[in-house]
Amino acid sequence: MITAARNYLVFLRRCARIAFVGDWRYYAWMGALTVVALFGLNAYAKQLVHGLAVTGMSDEVSWGVYIANFTFLVGVAAAAVMMVIPVYIYDNEELHDLVIFGELLAVAAIIMCLAFVTVDLGRPDRFWHLIPGLGQMNFPRSMLSWDVLVLNGYLLLNVHICGYLLYCRYQSKKPAKWFYIPFVFTAILWAVSIHTVTAFLYVGLGGRPFWNASIVGPRFLASAFTAGPAIIILALQIIRHFTNYRITDKALLTLRSIVQVSMIINVFLLVCEVFKEFYSGTTHGASAKYLFFGLHGHHALVPWIWTAITFNLIAMVILLLPVSRGLKYLNVACGLSIVGIWIEKGMGLVIPGFIPTPLGAIVDYVPSLNETLVCLGIWAFGLLCYTIFLRMSVPILQGRLSKANEGRPEIQGDEPLAPLSAHTPH
Amino acid sequence: MSPSFPPPDKSSDAAMSRRNFLRGCAAFGGLTALAASLAPLREMGEMGDYTSKEQFLQKYYKELTPEDMTKVIARIEGEVQRQYGLRPHVRDLKPMDGVEFVYCLNLTRCIGCRKCVHACVAENNQSRNPEIQYIRVLKMPHGSMDVEKGDHTYDAKQVPEKGFFYMPVQCQQCKNPPCVKVCPVNATWQEKDGITVIDYDWCIGCRYCEAACPYWARRFNFTKPEIPRERINPNMAYLGNRPRKQGVMEKCHFCIQRTRAGRYPACLEVCPVGARKFGNILDPDSEVSYILREKRVFIQLKEEMGTSPRFFYYFDK
Repeated sequence: MITAARNYLVFLRRCARIAFVGDWRYYAWMGALTVVALFGLNAYAKQLVHGLAVTGMSDEVSWGVYIANFTFLVGVAAAAVMMVIPVYIYDNEELHDLVIFGELLAVAAIIMCLAFVTVDLGRPDRFWHLIPGLGQMNFPRSMLSWDVLVLNGYLLLNVHICGYLLYCRYQSKKPAKWFYIPFVFTAILWAVSIHTVTAFLYVGLGGRPFWNASIVGPRFLASAFTAGPAIIILALQIIRHFTNYRITDKALLTLRSIVQVSMIINVFLLVCEVFKEFYSGTTHGASAKYLFFGLHGHHALVPWIWTAITFNLIAMVILLLPVSRGLKYLNVACGLSIVGIWIEKGMGLVIPGFIPTPLGAIVDYVPSLNETLVCLGIWAFGLLCYTIFLRMSVPILQGRLSKANEGRPEIQGDEPLAPLSAHTPH
Repeated sequence: MSPSFPPPDKSSDAAMSRRNFLRGCAAFGGLTALAASLAPLREMGEMGDYTSKEQFLQKYYKELTPEDMTKVIARIEGEVQRQYGLRPHVRDLKPMDGVEFVYCLNLTRCIGCRKCVHACVAENNQSRNPEIQYIRVLKMPHGSMDVEKGDHTYDAKQVPEKGFFYMPVQCQQCKNPPCVKVCPVNATWQEKDGITVIDYDWCIGCRYCEAACPYWARRFNFTKPEIPRERINPNMAYLGNRPRKQGVMEKCHFCIQRTRAGRYPACLEVCPVGARKFGNILDPDSEVSYILREKRVFIQLKEEMGTSPRFFYYFDK
């Protein structure tokens, strides 16, 4: 028992140390992220003192970019299943060794989600009121209490799966199936649940006709399964560029098919929604009118949503054409989908739900500088976490950081400076 | 599995100490940057609104014993005295048996003078900067109850204006309140007498209730409320008009500090045309019972929401 604990502590210590070791590009990247994260922390400190008045939010538009980013990132986290399903259900070989990068992305995304909801709280000092047992959790009536449970549960599931598999690899031991496979399958259902519950947060509000539509849930999933795998496609190429980890083009193309199909469904659902809002011509379409065309001289969101729609349509066309089998075009399509969906989930879903208010007032919302800095800080922190996870996991998966070489000097300069040219055997 | 390793690092002592020096510099620089980024927190004491340990650890309203409540009230009275220089009288007024409050508002009479809005602010110790108001008066064109046609910012020299009627909207004290359902920490609930209240010391400020309310009745303290000392109303209730803190919700509570002590709400008392009626619906002889019995049409705002408001609008003619 004591030896086991000691071994585990050595493992953690070596992982922690390797996070601080790398070439100059690594230091530059991590340094830059740290600087942005600290600017964000500084902005948040100001917000703690002066209150949410330093944001662009108001009683009229009472949620803004914090909740928008939160919503988008829940989708990113949920999208890890789009790698898990091919591997664990369809035994996809190409993705087999890559699925952990998707799960680690989910961990980083959930950390960002939790940060975004925390910065949105007026009284973060009272977070303990949410803890079951200690405080008062309004479960199962409040969808927000569901969200707290499913998000933290999903975080734990993924931390367990990744941590266990990595530690087994580190010990060169075969992982015990019963100790992770049930969790993998639970996580698949759980991933769908986190985004569904997040959609229900909005859908459940009868006073907000723009959200109170059953299509919101399906649209959340479709857009998440577009943007999430798109991010993973880009992330995998970055990993391939900076390490000599074996990632085949075929794996990337498998993910391409997922992005492709999801994007088609996403655009289709958008068409359904637009039809319903505009054709019937009821006054309940006021938010959609505000979003797409502006209302009574207020047009704040119009440029955003048309940018999103243009990006999504271009991305869909590229994905449908055979050119997107080439990585250059695929990357453009992924980039456009990510930005398009980020706008759609944020400026396109959260904000217009508040405009006009239930009493018909139209008040525009523009995020303040301080609010933007907090967001950038959280994104930087999330990327910092993901980079560290990759920095630890790649050498472990390659067998370069293992129990066998314990006690050897820290590996340094282990990464090739230039990408290996022959890393994609066909 | 195990790849070949480079020979152990045989760097000289000088190189090692240089590396350690650089590490030290990096660590020192990092800590300095961290401290610098947290510097705004130094203003917390004077600017912010996070208070004592007692408040941080305070229990949920429904779990407070009478002894706890005595202590809590003493704390609140002390805080108000320190901040505003006068000793308030804070009470924890409970709902009365056999009472369910209902509000009726005569839209034929209302002239849109907004006296109720300001009387409410004065009575309920709302922040004056930024000013928080519980009542929003809509100027509506004749013939429509569609709030989207309402004008929130009318600024007429003289009211009423021809061709319009005026509709004040405040918390509707719903029988099925969506705000209560969504609150993740039960910080807002419906009391026996029909008033939906907020425990300002329990609210975490997520503003989910504000998004859920179909009547836009809830208000958030985006910053520390500011009330001039001479404007404080010292007659306070725990669930009512005691001063709020930064980062929590508030809303109309039918002037709990008055109505649970047998008085009318401030908005009713100030109304110059008698458009506002308030009382106990369980008492068949009350004015509100008479109105709801005798008027052919009365309106619950957004009836289709299924919220079943305890706030009724009606017309004389």
